[in-house]
Amino acid sequence: MVNKWIKRIYTAMMFIFLYAPIAVLIVFSFNDSKSTAKWEGFTFEWYQALFDNSYIMKSLYYTILVALVSAALATLIGTFAAFGIYYMKVWKQKLVLNVNSIPMLNPDIVTGVSLMTLFVAMNIQLGLMTMIIAHVTFNIPYVVLSVLPKFRQMPGELMEAALDLGATPWYAFKKVILPEIKPGIITGALIAFTLSIDDFVISFFTTGSGVSNLSIAIYSMARRGIKPEINALSTLMFGSVLVLLLIINKRTKIEDI
Amino acid sequence: MLKKIASGPYLVWILLFILIPILMIAFFGMVRIDPETGNYFFTSDNFKRVFEGVYLSVWTRSIFIALKATFICLVLGYPMAMILSRMDVKYRTIAVMLFVVPMWMNFLLRTYAWMTILGKNGVLNKILTFFGLPQMTFLYSEGAVLLGMVYNFLPFMVLPIYTVLSKMDNGLIEAAEDLGANKFNSFRKVILPLSIPGIVSGISMVFMPAVSTFVISNLLYGGQYMLIGNLIEQQFLVVNDWHFGSAISIILMIIILLTMAIMNHLSGNDPEDGGANLW
Repeated sequence: MVNKWIKRIYTAMMFIFLYAPIAVLIVFSFNDSKSTAKWEGFTFEWYQALFDNSYIMKSLYYTILVALVSAALATLIGTFAAFGIYYMKVWKQKLVLNVNSIPMLNPDIVTGVSLMTLFVAMNIQLGLMTMIIAHVTFNIPYVVLSVLPKFRQMPGELMEAALDLGATPWYAFKKVILPEIKPGIITGALIAFTLSIDDFVISFFTTGSGVSNLSIAIYSMARRGIKPEINALSTLMFGSVLVLLLIINKRTKIEDI
Repeated sequence: MLKKIASGPYLVWILLFILIPILMIAFFGMVRIDPETGNYFFTSDNFKRVFEGVYLSVWTRSIFIALKATFICLVLGYPMAMILSRMDVKYRTIAVMLFVVPMWMNFLLRTYAWMTILGKNGVLNKILTFFGLPQMTFLYSEGAVLLGMVYNFLPFMVLPIYTVLSKMDNGLIEAAEDLGANKFNSFRKVILPLSIPGIVSGISMVFMPAVSTFVISNLLYGGQYMLIGNLIEQQFLVVNDWHFGSAISIILMIIILLTMAIMNHLSGNDPEDGGANLW
């Protein structure tokens, strides 16, 4: 009995620890004062200020643009890669998968500075392009790892059967393989998209000349102290995360049936 | 034919953007530019400097604070994972999800949130004043950095342990108890050893980002505090000594990859599903 209460109190304290900071941000995003010192009444002023802040709005645009483009590219390249890797000889497969795991294991900062070094040494102007390339680079491994198991679960020689029955390789891929691996592709694309939206460190080193994503914008604003607009932004982002999770939850439930 | 060319673009991509960049910083770390002729020459100076005086203390500080954060996460996280894994199925899905939600918030925002709480005019000081206690400086201290690390990385510890514990065969625990083990002994001899793979991946998933961060230290301590991540950032973006920065990066990479290899070996994990089992 006592045990049960200890567990409950412990769980409650953990959740308070996890959510208190977020709650503080949400509450103060409606505070009619620049400081977090005192509650001065309810306002939507900071939301207005947020939408008027062209730096944040531009960063939001770049965040979504980079996430969409890099997730699409990574999914495309990664899916075909998984297809190729599946049919490789074992030693080759092992080698490729080891290289594949480098960006996943390496600290982000090392991936970031190494890409930056490459771009600068090749005289490529840092900016939107380099940021997209960097995002594709850290996204591809996750796509490969979510698609490859689907090939392994596929009934063997499915491709051969289609080819024997007269399909061209491309037709066989489209009509036979693709439906089998589709769940893996969707998972991969979703992971790539969220990783890209959330990335800070690698973007920080591989972007330049006025192109920044939301993380970079938050970082540079936060370094100069507390800004109520960021509170408003946090509230909106937390809201969208919740909505997104609810949608995903519903979707998986439907799939279960 | 399609099978052969399908992975072509990918192979080119990983060669260009994964292997070559790493080889480049390895090269940059091994050379310097002769100021007179402008030519590269090979030297071990960069790598030697990585472990000298001031920089050595940056390493020890980084590793020490990352170890502390990992330890705190383990101590706080293991009981939490256990409670979650024993929860009624009805509440369990929701509880686990509630645990994951903060992780989906932008990492920068989560760290920024602590600035508003710990700051001079922050919420914590308001509470202290309310109870008539003197104000304190929480922000810009090592404790703040540690707190930021624990807050950000705690779910990385809880989730892998939770996964292992929830898959564990309950029959084993019952068997231990039937054979006369008390709660403590069945934990020590059955549950704990079986959960080691989860602990190991939790430890590496907390330690790795903690040891290489520069964001948490920069925001919660300010510019003066040097962790290895800050040192690399500074070498590349402020001091512009890319050779020294590259040497530090290579050493950091080697340390991390070695730790991961050892950790994987310890837990008997298949390296292929290494970092991916969180998903």
